[in-house]
Amino acid sequence: METEFTPLTSLLGGGLIGLSAVVLLAAHGRIAGISGIVSRILPPSIDKAGLPQEIIFLIGLLLAAPLWFALTGAAPVQLVSNNGLLLVIAGLLVGFGSVIGNGCTSGHGVCGISRGSARSIAATMTFMATAFVTVFVLRHVVGG
Amino acid sequence: MHIFSTLFAGLLFGIGLILSGMANPAKVQNFLDLFGTWDPSLAFVMGGAIMVTMPGFWLVRKRSTPLFHDVFHLPARTDFDARLVVGAATFGIGWGLGGFCPGPALTSLPLAASGTLFFVPAMLVGMVIAKYTAAPSPKIL
Repeated sequence: METEFTPLTSLLGGGLIGLSAVVLLAAHGRIAGISGIVSRILPPSIDKAGLPQEIIFLIGLLLAAPLWFALTGAAPVQLVSNNGLLLVIAGLLVGFGSVIGNGCTSGHGVCGISRGSARSIAATMTFMATAFVTVFVLRHVVGG
Repeated sequence: MHIFSTLFAGLLFGIGLILSGMANPAKVQNFLDLFGTWDPSLAFVMGGAIMVTMPGFWLVRKRSTPLFHDVFHLPARTDFDARLVVGAATFGIGWGLGGFCPGPALTSLPLAASGTLFFVPAMLVGMVIAKYTAAPSPKIL
């Protein structure tokens, strides 16, 4: 299904994501990598020192959609596949891959690239490449 | 104040994801669908974010310490190992399959789409499994 090209709101939304990362670094010296923040509070090695801040950040993230609803009077537009098995597999791969690869779209793709980290640039190019191939296979080879 | 700043950062991140369209898996998958219903919007999300973080990080790093903390917690590694590449490749496959990465998936949780309710617990399980396998791997470069 087609989605509308939204250069302006996407640029603006991206700017807010960037601003959030700057606030987190300025206030707490932390990188706004969501997979890192989430995985640090999971077993087997829970980061007890950072735990309160990580939980508060995640509460903020979870409150964003309700706040959006309160401000605009409409739920955020989204279309999520209801193929449960596909999303379980996707979730496992995203969770596993982001921890093994030390980051996701935010940690590597935004923060890492902004720091000029060679590891993050390599990781971003790698996950972009496999994601493009995956969607190609999903939509044009398997599906159609 | 330091609690407020963290809460504010989380809220800002989530609002940014929603406004930008990243919290919509259909939009993410369309960005990745170069040969189909391509929607280039996500390049603007990344561009918009980096336009703020690049100068922002540079300014912040001119300070010797963060405002509410003793030290900066920045990744220090510069080596390339197999885990980085294998992990990123695996992550990309999952991202393509579902159109979700960790931030947008968590932001979408309160909207309670059935797909999100499948994705998020599976993602947390995937993270725990990965943490149990966390052993250093040989360098490839």
